[in-house]
Amino acid sequence: MIITSRFFNRSELIGFVALALVLVVILPLSLDVFRLNLVAKYLTYAFVAIGLVLCWGYGGILSLGQGVFFGLGGYCMAMFLKLEASSVENTKIQSTPGIPDFMDWNQITALPLFWQPFHSLTFTVLAIILVPGLFALIIGTAMFKRRVGGTYFAIITQAVAAILTILIVGQQGYTGGINGMTDLRTLKGWDIRPDHAKIILYFFEVFLLFGCIFIAQFIRLTKLGRILVAMREQEDRVRFSGYSVANFKIFAFCMAAIFAAIGGAMFALNVGFMSPSFVGIVPSIEMVIYTAVGGRMSIFGAVWGALLVNFAKTGLSESFPQLWLFGLGALFIAVVLAFPNGLSGIWADYVQPRIDRLLALRKSKSGSPWAGNSVADGAPAE
Amino acid sequence: MSDEPNKGLQSPLRRKLLMGAAALPLVSILPRPSFGAGPATATVNTTGLAVTDTEVTVGILHSATGTMAISETGSIQAEKLAIEQINAAGGVLGRKIKFIQEDGASDWPTFAEKAKKLLVNDKVAAIMGCWTSASRKAVLPVVEQYNGMLYYPTFYEGLEQSKNVIYTGQEATQQILAGLNWIAKEKGAKSFFFIGSDYIWPRTSNKIARKHVENVLKGKVVGEEYYALGSTQFNSVINKIKLTKPDVIFTDVVGGSNVAFYKQLKAAGVDLSKQALLTISVTEDEIDGIGGENIAGAYACMKYFQSLDNANNKTFVPAFKKMWGEKTVIGDVTQAGYLGPWLWKLTCEKAGSFDVDKIAAASPGVEFKEAPEGYVRIHENHHLWSKTRVGRAKLDGQFELIFETADLIEPDPFPKGYQ
Amino acid sequence: MFGDYSIGELGSIFVMQGFAGLILFSVYVLMALGLAIIFGQMGVINMAHGEFMILGAYVTWMTSNLFQSYLPGLFSGYFFLAMMLAFLASGALGMLVEWGLIRHLYKRPLDTLLATWGLSLILQQAYRSVFGAREVGVELPQWMLGSLKVTDSIEVPINGIFVMGLTVSITCAVAYVIYKSRWGRQVRAVVQNRIMAGAVGINTEKVDRYTFGLGCGIAGVAGSAFTMIGSTGPTSGQLYIVDTFLVVVFGGAASLLGTIASAFSISQTQSTLEFFTSGSMAKVLTLLAVVGILMLRPQGLFALKVRK
Repeated sequence: MIITSRFFNRSELIGFVALALVLVVILPLSLDVFRLNLVAKYLTYAFVAIGLVLCWGYGGILSLGQGVFFGLGGYCMAMFLKLEASSVENTKIQSTPGIPDFMDWNQITALPLFWQPFHSLTFTVLAIILVPGLFALIIGTAMFKRRVGGTYFAIITQAVAAILTILIVGQQGYTGGINGMTDLRTLKGWDIRPDHAKIILYFFEVFLLFGCIFIAQFIRLTKLGRILVAMREQEDRVRFSGYSVANFKIFAFCMAAIFAAIGGAMFALNVGFMSPSFVGIVPSIEMVIYTAVGGRMSIFGAVWGALLVNFAKTGLSESFPQLWLFGLGALFIAVVLAFPNGLSGIWADYVQPRIDRLLALRKSKSGSPWAGNSVADGAPAE
Repeated sequence: MSDEPNKGLQSPLRRKLLMGAAALPLVSILPRPSFGAGPATATVNTTGLAVTDTEVTVGILHSATGTMAISETGSIQAEKLAIEQINAAGGVLGRKIKFIQEDGASDWPTFAEKAKKLLVNDKVAAIMGCWTSASRKAVLPVVEQYNGMLYYPTFYEGLEQSKNVIYTGQEATQQILAGLNWIAKEKGAKSFFFIGSDYIWPRTSNKIARKHVENVLKGKVVGEEYYALGSTQFNSVINKIKLTKPDVIFTDVVGGSNVAFYKQLKAAGVDLSKQALLTISVTEDEIDGIGGENIAGAYACMKYFQSLDNANNKTFVPAFKKMWGEKTVIGDVTQAGYLGPWLWKLTCEKAGSFDVDKIAAASPGVEFKEAPEGYVRIHENHHLWSKTRVGRAKLDGQFELIFETADLIEPDPFPKGYQ
Repeated sequence: MFGDYSIGELGSIFVMQGFAGLILFSVYVLMALGLAIIFGQMGVINMAHGEFMILGAYVTWMTSNLFQSYLPGLFSGYFFLAMMLAFLASGALGMLVEWGLIRHLYKRPLDTLLATWGLSLILQQAYRSVFGAREVGVELPQWMLGSLKVTDSIEVPINGIFVMGLTVSITCAVAYVIYKSRWGRQVRAVVQNRIMAGAVGINTEKVDRYTFGLGCGIAGVAGSAFTMIGSTGPTSGQLYIVDTFLVVVFGGAASLLGTIASAFSISQTQSTLEFFTSGSMAKVLTLLAVVGILMLRPQGLFALKVRK
């Protein structure tokens, strides 16, 4: 407990317990499998949002291309699942049985070389981490070593997202094109479609999510996290103090990419589907807005942001599809103009002080050890 | 092969339909049809669908927002019209159809999610929906897993057949082959230039067209080009067309690219009254955006045109315009969307049940004699027998019917020799 | 592929293909100019750029309808009025947006990206509610259709020439305004040092507002011109935005010259490749080249100073 209480300060501990309670107990008990599966889908974006907290909130690097990494992770997973679903007996009606259906439609008669290793689950899991990680490393090195940052970096990542989408759509024989990879069925012979599988996948995902939260929290608490913040505030001073600013930025960007890729892989597993519509500019920006709504400085806030925005999206689009776009647009503007620290900012500014006051009254002891809230130290950067 | 398209004119259903459609204002004065007189719910619904003694729920699943809303709006309108007419004519098995509309938002996973919601949460008896191939591919595993019934309206690439889907549009061979035969004969065409958007439907359609041109018509394909979805610059390919001077330009470009393509073709001085152009992707809906003056003279290969001169269509068009406004136009897919609810109703009545398995089994052989396109019948492979028609685009955005096949064409989603 | 053709035919095709490349170039410049001004001068990325273009297109559509019903005699000239109206409408909306939204965010340039993205969603839905989900067809006067026969085999589309002319005149006008006029000097002064500019009596707020309005207004004109070659619907803006961004990023964003050079190289590469390979392949190859060069030179072709 001592380690934990150092690892999390009190308000973070409350946040952690509350989140765990909701994800592990309340939601699974109160929702049917269909809705729970939707929550699982929303949580895949929470991985991306946590990554963005590290690289945007702390590092000050806004990436508008997280969809690229989400997509790479998702496609790696989907390729493995698709190969398993395309066994010879499942694909009897094709002119070349044993290859994915979209290849057959595009007159490809043998499995392309780069697909071959995806027969192996071990390779796939490694690829989910390494492919996006390396890609982020290349982009990050190219950009940060030349001190490209800020808005310009944001639009370059966006261009990369657009280009990757066009590549995936254009190479449909190898990627499934605009349709994406559909009809994913089993993981090592285990059917991922029935209800009980969905529940197991949900808990597995929540487990991974907490893993990522711990890693992010760890990074935040070490010296590394503090250097990131310092860099965001005064990049030159950090550089003059002898730190390699570019390397820290590259690290944060790669971590964010890997988190996003894990989210993407979980998406393919939970939804049974992967398509280029998660790679492009639009989904990438939506992922940023989850973080912005939750609070760009708060790891838990990011998870809440992903959950709440998606709940609102599903709810509103079920009842008022027209209103949804107005609502989403207004949300972007409101968050940026009025609540730059998002939900966690509101919590820290309005709710937390009252709780503290209440507790202080009761204990007649000042809550000073916990006054330094994780959220309050992060006025928006730039 | 069947050629009895006009036999159904005197059927009692036709009269009901006329009452429902043409005399809609009367319905509010006349006593509303009373629902609840049908067979007991326990007998017609053994699988827990959303069926009560007076109501049955179906889903409508199209994009009301996003890039595809342009195309899918017509299908939504047609399906709602059909449901209203069916209700006015007494409903299905004595039950009123209630619909739940979901927005696919032009996003394929959203389609899958909403389809699942409709089937699992709302327990709808059938879904009228999807438009693009991508959305259908996303929804297909869902309807198969949860045993739903999907009525899919768009002409598409074929290579698919499912117990849980009724394809009310044409598959590729139905749409293409007769049109190519006609233009080869009429224009003496020997050389063809293919241009399409870069995704599965144009590629498969062009593959079939190429085999047909080379093997059956003994002609030559002088060019085959694909442009990314959403491309707006076609000057280079137009130059290539000018260089190769094909007898026929064969196009399956979709969406906003269509508009750009025809405007630039016209601007480049390609006169469609002299240069034959056969498209399988432009309906009256698309001409709205392209502008009649830019495409007049082009030939389109479809199964339905708004200008069709038959008694069914003459009641359908005014009913549609009455509900959705004088300015609306009705394209091929809109008409196919209209068929969905009717075919489902007729199948339910044939099967005497709403159960999906019984409907899937009863579907083959169901005929809809009041179809605006004339007459359709469901084939064993869950596609429709239908005619192929060629129309020439006019300045006012309508098509003039030039040619139609004498017989209904058999659907063949896995064509031998064309793969 | 050229074996069967005579030298004369090939010659004329190459001339026409050259024109196709130039038209593409003009289109790219026209698309990117507004964005480049706003980004280059203010450091703000306007994600709603495509929607400002579509506003211009809708204005053109409405003007053409008005002329058709009330002034059919003057229809052949409506397009010029429509372009002016498009400039004014988009410019006015731009200034409104600057006043209501952007000016609160100058210290947080990354946030303007998000805010303008929200704005673009709202505008898209607004267009859909007002004009309907379907595309509208803008009818053009007769003289703008068809092509100019230079020789027997060389034909050049008139609307292409029109777009080229428009691009040249707008680019010259912008270059004059920014580099020669008094107001342009103020703009550049504000860019270089906002506080000092304010101290010497420049009304920086006003300068910002008009700069943003100018960028949006040019987007409106571009949208108006594109009704000749493309589609007009609530989401058509998204068709253009990717290309626009690529041009601006590749050019280095900070200078007009960079934007023009980048539009030129991308358009020539693409149109040449399109001719020798095929449409979608050309796009892919062009994009790969762009990414490759961006990795080697991430600050773009013509960036002088890109530190945030």
